[in-house]
Amino acid sequence: MPSDVLLSVRDLRIAFDGVEAVRGLSFDVRPREALAIVGESGAGKSLTARALLGMLPRGATTSGAIEPDLSAHRGRRISLVPQDALSALSPVHPVGDQLAAAVRSVAGVSRKEARARAVAALDRVGIPDAARTARAYPHEYSGGMRQRAVIAMATVNEPDVVVADEPTTALDEERRDQVLRVLAEQREAVGAALVLVTHDMDVVRDHADRVLVMYAGRLTELGPADEVLGRPRAPYTAGLLASLPQHAPPGRRLPTLRGTPPPPAALPPGCAFAPRCPLAADPCRTADPEPQQVEGRLVACHRWQELPYPATELFLAQKEEQQPA
Amino acid sequence: MNDDALLDVRDLVVRYGDVTAVDHVSFALAAGETLALDGPSGCGKSSAALAVLQLRRPDAGEVRFEGRELTALTERELRPVRPRMQPVFQDPYGSLSPRHRIRDAVAEPLKVRGVWSATDGPARVAELLDRVGLDPSYGDRRPHELSGGQCQRVGIARALASEPRLLVLDEPVSSLDPSVRAGVLNLLADLRDDLGLGYLFICHDRAVVRHFADRVIEMREGRVISG
Repeated sequence: MPSDVLLSVRDLRIAFDGVEAVRGLSFDVRPREALAIVGESGAGKSLTARALLGMLPRGATTSGAIEPDLSAHRGRRISLVPQDALSALSPVHPVGDQLAAAVRSVAGVSRKEARARAVAALDRVGIPDAARTARAYPHEYSGGMRQRAVIAMATVNEPDVVVADEPTTALDEERRDQVLRVLAEQREAVGAALVLVTHDMDVVRDHADRVLVMYAGRLTELGPADEVLGRPRAPYTAGLLASLPQHAPPGRRLPTLRGTPPPPAALPPGCAFAPRCPLAADPCRTADPEPQQVEGRLVACHRWQELPYPATELFLAQKEEQQPA
Repeated sequence: MNDDALLDVRDLVVRYGDVTAVDHVSFALAAGETLALDGPSGCGKSSAALAVLQLRRPDAGEVRFEGRELTALTERELRPVRPRMQPVFQDPYGSLSPRHRIRDAVAEPLKVRGVWSATDGPARVAELLDRVGLDPSYGDRRPHELSGGQCQRVGIARALASEPRLLVLDEPVSSLDPSVRAGVLNLLADLRDDLGLGYLFICHDRAVVRHFADRVIEMREGRVISG
């Protein structure tokens, strides 16, 4: 494995009752990078992140390879920052005890040493008066402090990879930026890579080095975040970006992606995005496109060369289209 | 007092025990206009919305809607006013009963207002679903068979069934994917422009607010800090 690859995912498939939700996904995670995974609900981005952790829901069957398999070292070499910071902490134990337990679960250190590391970790994420606050219970923490404590827990054992699954979805903009800043500081301090599942393109722009765009369980586009966001090459990426209000003049209609993603059990033939794609042509309806190298990134689209720039007009329907039944 | 205003709120105060959630907030809104309430979690914007709707009666201040001062009205006196000011909430699944079919959810406000008839009612429901961009065949489904964006459209159809003049939209697109969100925002803009509705639009996403609202009031710790 080349030294610039920390984790290699090859032909990952995740199925439930024989229905594939992730369908042959390959990508690498590089050391110390922040890789964002984006896509609409149901694209398979959370499942992919959970597969890295070995935390798939019951009933999932997987094939393909994730190398090295870090799931046996969960909490030490790979860790999770979940969406809901409150449910991630036990309500019946002081926060400092929970962090110390996390330290002792992997490192052969004394209680006292674990305690000291826990307090230091809380201090690093900006919890005031950490030695005393460590003795408090989660309900005594504010929402922002809980988020910080969860980040401290995910980084206390200096993992190689931190997986964050929609860590800021429930937060307002100020808190969102604060949490992501703390996360960035901590992961830089311990040299961890970040796999960040999000549907927020502002978060991608401000906090990711590379971005993996997923649609219906497949890779659509993968490349440097600023390049992909600056000039998308896949029509799906272009549509997602065009629909953001920050790119539209006030008062004008927003460009939209018509329709909704197909359910995994009822995929159309060919490219799964074809029924929603303004560029779809014959080959798109028969063959699922494979990712190909395009200008330093991967793009899975038969028609990427036809995509205009900017692509906004492609997605500007004149009147609200009726959702097909 | 602005007589042209659809909604004119003066010195609104909402307290929860010792906490003043809304502290002398004033604003006015004309028909066909969108006024956004923006601010961080806990700034009082949702409390202000509930007080405007008289779902949580305010502790002080005036709420004048269509020229009528609401805070002094009894529940009985409010009853004919309520259909004309309708809320649309953030969680599209949570605001629909999981056991009811979509057409029953949309029909309910018609029945409550006593304007339901077996001959015209179903056609009115189909018309409302069509108005929000849903094929009327969605009426046979239940909420779990719909996507989040489709559920939010049903929530809007249900609000429209009451023939409102004012919609109080509390984070109506915050739980939607960006691609779906754009479609719902376009729909809301069409309805506002076609029907002349006034929108009190609560949202913490600044990009959405900038795009969608005519005016913005920014709140913090219960007070208006700009706008």
